[in-house]
Amino acid sequence: MTSTTTVMNSPLTGKSSASPPSFDGARSDSYLTHDRGLASWIFTLDHKRIGIMYLIGVMTAFLVGGVFALLIRTELFFPGRTLMDAQTYNQLFTLHGAIMVFLVIIPGIPAILGNFVLPMQLGAKDVAFPRLNLASFHLWVLGALFLVLSMVLSAADTGWTFYTPYSTTTSTAVIPATFGAFILGFSSIFTGLNFIVSIHKLRPPGMGWYRMPLFLWSLYATAIIQVLATPVLGITLLLLIAERLFQIGIFDPALGGDPVLYEHFFWFYSHPAVYIMIVPAFGVISEIIPAFSRKRIFGYKFIALSSLAIAVLGFFVWGHHMFTSGQSVLAGTLFSALTFLIAIPTAIKVFNWIATMYKGRIHLDTPMLYALAFLWVFTIGGLTGIFLGTMSIDVHLHDTYFVVAHFHYVMMGGSITAFLGGLHYWWPKMFGRTYDEKLARIATGVVFVGLNLTFFPQFILGARGMPRRYYDYLPEFTHLHQLSSVGAFILGAGFVMTAVYLIASLRRPINAAANPWGASTLEWTLPSPPPYYNFHEAPVVTAGPYDGYEDLIYVENLQGYVPRPKDGAEGGSGVPPEKRAEIANTSKPPGVREPGVNADGDQSDSATETQKPGEEA
Amino acid sequence: MSQTIVTPIGANAESEHLDAIHQENPHLAHHYDTPRHQYEAGKLGIWIFLVTEILFFAGLFCAYTIYRTERPEVFNWGHQFLDWRLGGLNTIILLTSSLTAAWAVRCAQIGYRRALIVNIVATIALAFGFLGIKYVEYSHKFHEGLLPGHHFAPSEEAWEIESFRAKHPHAADLAEALEAYQASREKAEKSGKAHHDAKAVEGQIAPVVPSRLRELLRNPEATQPLVDIGAIRNPEVEPQEGLLRPKYAHVFFSIYFFMTGLHGIHVIAGIIVWIWLLRRTIAGHFGPKFFGPIDFGALYWHLVDLIWIFLFPLLYLVS
Repeated sequence: MTSTTTVMNSPLTGKSSASPPSFDGARSDSYLTHDRGLASWIFTLDHKRIGIMYLIGVMTAFLVGGVFALLIRTELFFPGRTLMDAQTYNQLFTLHGAIMVFLVIIPGIPAILGNFVLPMQLGAKDVAFPRLNLASFHLWVLGALFLVLSMVLSAADTGWTFYTPYSTTTSTAVIPATFGAFILGFSSIFTGLNFIVSIHKLRPPGMGWYRMPLFLWSLYATAIIQVLATPVLGITLLLLIAERLFQIGIFDPALGGDPVLYEHFFWFYSHPAVYIMIVPAFGVISEIIPAFSRKRIFGYKFIALSSLAIAVLGFFVWGHHMFTSGQSVLAGTLFSALTFLIAIPTAIKVFNWIATMYKGRIHLDTPMLYALAFLWVFTIGGLTGIFLGTMSIDVHLHDTYFVVAHFHYVMMGGSITAFLGGLHYWWPKMFGRTYDEKLARIATGVVFVGLNLTFFPQFILGARGMPRRYYDYLPEFTHLHQLSSVGAFILGAGFVMTAVYLIASLRRPINAAANPWGASTLEWTLPSPPPYYNFHEAPVVTAGPYDGYEDLIYVENLQGYVPRPKDGAEGGSGVPPEKRAEIANTSKPPGVREPGVNADGDQSDSATETQKPGEEA
Repeated sequence: MSQTIVTPIGANAESEHLDAIHQENPHLAHHYDTPRHQYEAGKLGIWIFLVTEILFFAGLFCAYTIYRTERPEVFNWGHQFLDWRLGGLNTIILLTSSLTAAWAVRCAQIGYRRALIVNIVATIALAFGFLGIKYVEYSHKFHEGLLPGHHFAPSEEAWEIESFRAKHPHAADLAEALEAYQASREKAEKSGKAHHDAKAVEGQIAPVVPSRLRELLRNPEATQPLVDIGAIRNPEVEPQEGLLRPKYAHVFFSIYFFMTGLHGIHVIAGIIVWIWLLRRTIAGHFGPKFFGPIDFGALYWHLVDLIWIFLFPLLYLVS
């Protein structure tokens, strides 16, 4: 598992003698400070900066979509009119859905965390096609602008699914919205293409497929779906635009077209697309759980291959969205049975995560809290998916709040929770700063409570027959709607809190260790924040991605893990780790760590401090 | 220990070696070790891109299949308006341009810069030729009112087209006879109406079905082509209905314009790519050490060609 060589975690490396000076120079020269000025960000080819720009863009969209969600929940607080008229309400839930799906969750984990982490986990300097990567981001911005244009003109009121024939006849600005989604599709395709080629061609020496971190497996499975499904959405939306512009009669029944064909085309993309949203979340969870359980992942190959299984099976289940669209009973039965199959690889993952935690030394830091929250809410979301995949039950529950609750548990509870977990996990790596751990744990609790309070009542509403997308409702639904709305505001407060302490952390001096969690994938061997070119040479991989937690020891004044020194193997050995850390500390360039501020000042506000030293033993 | 171990023994020598490779190859991006590494990544990338293109068009081929299965007569009817000679010429042009594109790749690989330029220019010229012919076809259709969907207002019916007459002379005769019969019926109806005498009209019309028309209606060679294009429903039926246009005839032109239009956009994109490659060739970027972009551009061009090879029979040669 271990190798004979010296250098591992940069704070400790006695590297100056072993590696070219340019690398040491790069350490003070992090990707954040490598170039300055706005243009150096907007036109950068660096995957890390592109990831950060996605973070800013996607979070802005998340704020807008979230405000719309709160407006919707406020309107639904009382039956009848509360805030807005019915037309505005229709436009708001359409925008909420379109923004959250196309601008936030689909690019969320792959484009933000994937872009930032993937090349580093590969030991590479960048993704395979950096220019294409930048083009993806620019297309994302362009697509977002088209959605804004639709808002300015007269926001679409069709629902995010743009079902025909309503979408071809409504007077609202459907074309800008669908064209925006079309462009965003290409952004997603190019990201997926980039990731597939990067994973095939840029793996470092020694990293076979089964030595890849599970996050990469999940991004690979996601990329396959992005590349194979998204073009179909593209052509569908183009046909829809042509239908509106030229009345071509492909989808419009008045001209001989078939609106159910639109549904087939749309769900042929959009069902696999829900796996674009959730599979990378599985990857994040697979990274967090072993690191915070201090235990090797259980069932590595099963988790890895189940991602691919989900990606493949996901292409054959789209018909379960159309049980009530006049599909034949035979087709419905087949789609129903195929839908059940998806539960198998998904459950395999959940069981393996739980088995990983079993007898592990679990550290309840914020990322792990999010991972545990994920296990809870995703299991509810996934299980209710089985209910909905059962044809006879779906006929009753179709288009009710039960569906709304199900997919919010999966998308919001699954994808966003995992995204937040991943964001907290990689935040020190991204910016070189730690956030306020105490506040972060409280915020995690607030988000978890808000999430369940918002969406659990919606299961009951749906089961009792409350249809989705309705502006008004019967008085007996009032209490459940009010519970849901209160939950939404709690959830909103949790997100605001998260944004505040994360942004506040950026004002701190750079204080994060290279490896604050003791994870053993490659990105943690780089300093925080990483240098511009990541690795000067490709690292040589000699072990699996979750091997060797026992060889990492926690150094308190570093607030991070370093490799256990090998007796006699290194020059200058015999020095105890604490001492070595101090040496490493003081010898760091001043740009990286201000002496005096770091050690004591930062330790005091870390809530993890008390439990970590125990494991040095 | 964790996954990694950086800087093995001899790393300095290794890194100097890589630096030297990078200095020798100005087009080698910093994150690749060797030109071959970069080329292989590019090749995989372009193939995946081509897969997405195929899926992009697959939606249209799927729509085509569904509508053609449901309403074959619409396609039989619509394709009469397409000139297979122009389509065939365009097929030859595109195939030739694929040849010059492939030749360009070879020239780049062996470093024949002049021949590379000639081949790229030829590819661009052929692409423009393709678009020129497409322009002639499109403007003819606009002129004839053969527009998609709602805008469809043809000035000519399928059985009036010369190529249809040449192929099915008996059917054309039948169509003519039916039209004459229809005209006489309408005339009689009008005069009957003028006299406010419905009974007289009936009496006038019924016996007038000319014997030549009856004879043609018994001849399957005459009726079958008209049934195929949906112009008559059933030869057994009395000819009172006259000639029809299939109900959703406009869907053919929706599909025709959408598919060929999208293909045309890909041709234009290809021209832009080739012009960019030409500029880089003239600047002397390509040679045996670096020819990836030419190779990838040509692969894209072959796909554009391949899609046309499917479009041509599906739209022009239906029967």
